[in-house]
Parts: sequence; structure tokens; C-alpha cells
Amino acid sequence: MSEISRADVEHLAKLAHISMTDAELEKMTSELGVIVDSVQKVQEAAGEDVPATSHPLPLTNVFREDRVGHVFTAAESLSNAPDAVESRFKVPAILDEE
Amino acid sequence: MTTTLSGLIRLTAAQMAVKLRAGEITSVELTQAHLDRIAAVDSTLNAFLHVSAEEALQTAAEVDAIRAAGGTDAEALHRLAGVPIAVKDLIVTKGQPTTAGSKMLEGWMSPYDATVVQKLREARLPILGKTNLDEFAMGSSTEHSAFCVTRNPWDTSRIPGGSGGGSAAAVAAFEAPLALGTDTGGSIRQPGAVTGTVGTKPTYGSVSRYGAIAMASSLDQIGPVARTVEDAALLHELIGGYDPKDSTSLHQEVPAFSTHAAAHDVTGLRIGVIKQLQGEGYQTGVLARFQESLEALRAAGAQIVDVDCPSFDYALGAYYLIMPSEASSNLARYDGVRYGSRVLPEEGPLTMERVMGATRAAGFGEEVKRRIILGTYALSAGYYDAYYGSAQKIRTLIQRDFDAAFEAADVLISPTAPTVAFPLGAKLDDPLAMYLNDVATIPANLAGVPGISVPGGLSEGLPVGIQFLAPSKQDARVYHAGGALEKLLNDDSGVPLWAQVPEVEEAAQ
Repeated sequence: MSEISRADVEHLAKLAHISMTDAELEKMTSELGVIVDSVQKVQEAAGEDVPATSHPLPLTNVFREDRVGHVFTAAESLSNAPDAVESRFKVPAILDEE
Repeated sequence: MTTTLSGLIRLTAAQMAVKLRAGEITSVELTQAHLDRIAAVDSTLNAFLHVSAEEALQTAAEVDAIRAAGGTDAEALHRLAGVPIAVKDLIVTKGQPTTAGSKMLEGWMSPYDATVVQKLREARLPILGKTNLDEFAMGSSTEHSAFCVTRNPWDTSRIPGGSGGGSAAAVAAFEAPLALGTDTGGSIRQPGAVTGTVGTKPTYGSVSRYGAIAMASSLDQIGPVARTVEDAALLHELIGGYDPKDSTSLHQEVPAFSTHAAAHDVTGLRIGVIKQLQGEGYQTGVLARFQESLEALRAAGAQIVDVDCPSFDYALGAYYLIMPSEASSNLARYDGVRYGSRVLPEEGPLTMERVMGATRAAGFGEEVKRRIILGTYALSAGYYDAYYGSAQKIRTLIQRDFDAAFEAADVLISPTAPTVAFPLGAKLDDPLAMYLNDVATIPANLAGVPGISVPGGLSEGLPVGIQFLAPSKQDARVYHAGGALEKLLNDDSGVPLWAQVPEVEEAAQ
């Protein structure tokens, strides 16, 4: 069985900014354990000398001309915003005052 | 006349195009016939999340007007002009909502079109609507959609595959002759397999991903969904090609895939049977149809060879580390600020961080959360090398296996999925069992090579899919091999598999 504990999942959920209930944390811990157990065998085959591949068909130096292309208007950009004011996104407080 | 009109939907897209060009039918008639079909069967199947009748009929009327006027404009019309199409709801469309099957994006209206959608508009294909999918394309059964469960037209108590179950079911049930899908680990090919239709995952970078909502950027690929290999090839020709808006886009001419789909001669074609993609975990009926397909190809002159791809045993593990890692990063953008839903915490101070936590808790479904947490774990300090790093090495080994296999064979073959469509709900409580559906389709995404699924007959009355894989940028080969097998099996049974789908119960009108 893998080493993932409930406290680990709680920490991961915090990192991922997903609030979770106790029941969800419980369930996620056991499911993650099973999944991680099954995927960790990749370590067996990944030898020291094997280079990593991040991208199937790597391209390098993908450039374009430095010219202004299509840009959205402020109204278009804000049209799906949950909250906006005076052509800006309106967000809750960044810092907790307490 | 009415029988002709309702019969229209059972033509292939290529046949529809011919009739449109010859003036035998109009695009309005054809589009209306599909809208009628959607009205009749989609309350049973739930293939569509949104139907765009007005816009589709308007495009159809424009095509008809251009054709009626004749002249150079009519001659310049694209071959598929006027043939309707459905679009997976992971691909953004102006004027129609795009949800990615998630509550997070419910009602979201994209301010721009995906490049592939722009190409559909330029070629004047009426867009019928947006099809259902697993939330953010995460799943193999379309049951993880936040909105509805799509049913398989072959047996409405079973899954249509996933994540593109909506596109596959729509095409299988004659709600649309063509559809767009996306394939990150098999989401075009596996739904194709279990619905008796055809689906292609193109070479990575050969079809623009601009406007496909990102799940795992190094694996995602848009591709065609159709009933026949020729139709898939025609759609692939339309959507393929270089796009400066996608920095992973390849500079490459788009070959005439439909010509290759029609070249049925397989004499001397070396077809490699992948040792690792058969046997344990594959249903007997699936393997029986697979063997029959091999025999048919052999009898037609193909050279069947065995190829060994030992690293494929690690493909599933590598995929379920790389994909969640990339997904956890891509989905970080849903923070309740610029677009998507925003949910406030029920108690406590309203800080950005807490609003984000509540928004993502309410907006994401269970499978999405599972993958984000898994990806966050795989990328975290102390585990990165062991998990994400190892998975990337497996990716290299899989590419090497493909390289060696393509020395011995022109194309590779395997069953597309280990089983036929399973009952709805059967694997919902067992994520790992669900992940195993992708075992045969994942290697292609990890290596970036093209693959196609074509119908390979029935087992227990349900479709079996046969997958062909080719080297990168050799997508033409999967159309050649796929078209050849399709013809051999059609000649044998006398009627294409897609035409054998049982009648879906129609809603009272």
C-alpha cells in the first residue's frame, strides 16, 4: 500500500485550492493510494541512462513576427467575468485582515 | 419525398456531398433532417449539450443560395460545404455555449472560435451543436459529464465510451454525419470502437489545438469522428494544417487522406501485431474479432508480423502520471476571477484564496478533483523525480519501441479497447478499472503517433473496434489500412457495421 496519508491529501487539496469535506478527504485518500500503487511501477523501467521526453514532436525556436495581432476589447474580456467594475475584474480581498 | 428526406441521414458524408453538389438535395433539407433526428432521439441518447438549429439552418441556406447562383463562388465551395457537423463541447465556438462538460463553465460563451471551428465556418459546414463529454475530457464513459449521461445507440443501457461519447453517439445514431472530437488518451478512438464508428487521432501537432480547452497539452489532439473511413479522411483534410496560433503546430502539407482511404490494396503491406496489446484483460469476443480482421487482411495479401513493445506495459502508469500533472497545471486557471463560476464560502472571511477553494470545490466534479490532486502529488517536491520524471523516461522508451516496431512494419494493429461497451455505472466506483479502458490507445498519445479505430464486427451484439497506428506524420497510412479493413469486412458481411445499429426509440412528436 502506498504512503499517501489523509494529511498528505489535505495538504495537496490546499495546494490545489480545492476545499474538501472530511468525507471527500477520506475517499480521496483511499482512491489515490490504489492509483499511486498501480502507477508507481514506472520507476522499475525508468533507468538512469534514459533521457526524459516532455513533448512527442519537439519544436524549437517557434517564433512569430513581433506584430500586434487580434486583441479582445475590454468588454469582450469582461463578458464572462463573475464580477467586474469599470472595465476591470473585481476580486475578493487578496489578504485576510485578521 | 418524406422517405427520401428521412433516408438522407443514413447516407455517408461523402454521399451527402455528392447529392448537394448535383443539386439533388439542398443543405437546408439535409440540415433539417438531422435536426429532426436530434429532436426525435436525443431525449433518449443525450448526445448533445446544445443544439444550434437556427445558426445551422442559416449556414445551410447560405450554401444553398451560393450553389443556386452558380458561377465561381459555387465552384469554389468546399467539397463538404452544406454537410452538417457536431462539435465536441471541449472545442470553443463563438455564438454557442462551451462548457467542457463542467459546471465550472456552465453558460460560458467563448469570445473566439477554435481554429478548427473557423475552418468549418470557412468551408460552410452547418454546425448542429455541441456534444457531451466527460468533464474536461476526463473519463472513458462520458458518465463524468456534469450535465447528463449519454447513452450508446447500440444498447441504451450501456456507455458510449469517452470522453467523446457525445460525438460518437451522435454519429452512430445518425444525428450527425460528422463530428469533431479530441483525443488525449483515446477519447476519439475508444468511443468510436464501442459505437461502431470511425475515429482518428492525428499526429500530434498536425491539427491545430487552438481553442481546444486544455487538459494535458503534450497529449491533447483534435481529430475527426465519422461513420466511414473516407468521411473521417475528408474531415481530417479540412481541419489539418499549420496554424501559427498553436506553437506546437507542425509545418506540413495536408495529404489527400481520402485518396489513401480509397486505396484498398494491401498486398505486401506489413502489419505489425503488438504483442503487449492483446491477451489478459481483453474479452474473448474482442480477441476473436481481432483475429478475424487479421485473417481478412492476410488473405488480402498483407504481411502479418509480430512486434514486441515491452515498454507498453508501463504506458498506462506513465499516462496516469503525465496527464494529471499537466491537467493540474492547466486547470489552475479556473480560479473564479476572469471567467467561469465563482462560489463564495459559506462561512468565514471572503479572501481570494478561500473563494478559490470554494469555487473549485463546487465547480469541479469528482474525477477532475481526483486528477488535479494526483497531478499535484506527482509534481510535488520529493516525488517529482520518482513519478513525473520516471513517467517522462517511459515516454522515451515507448517512442523507441514504436521506432523499432516501424522498422519491421508499415502500420501496427491492435484491438482499440479491451472490452465492448459496458453497462452504465459499472465502473464509476472503481477509477482504476475505468482507466484500464485506455490501455491500447494511450501509447499513441505518449509518442505523438497517429491512430484510427475502425469497426471490426460485433461481439455479444456490440461493436468491436480495431486500431491501426502509423509513424508520426504518416497519418495517410492509417487511412489506407483502415479503409482496406473496412472494405474487406463490409464485402464479407454485405452491409457496413454502422448501418446495422438498432433503431433508437423515438420520442413522441
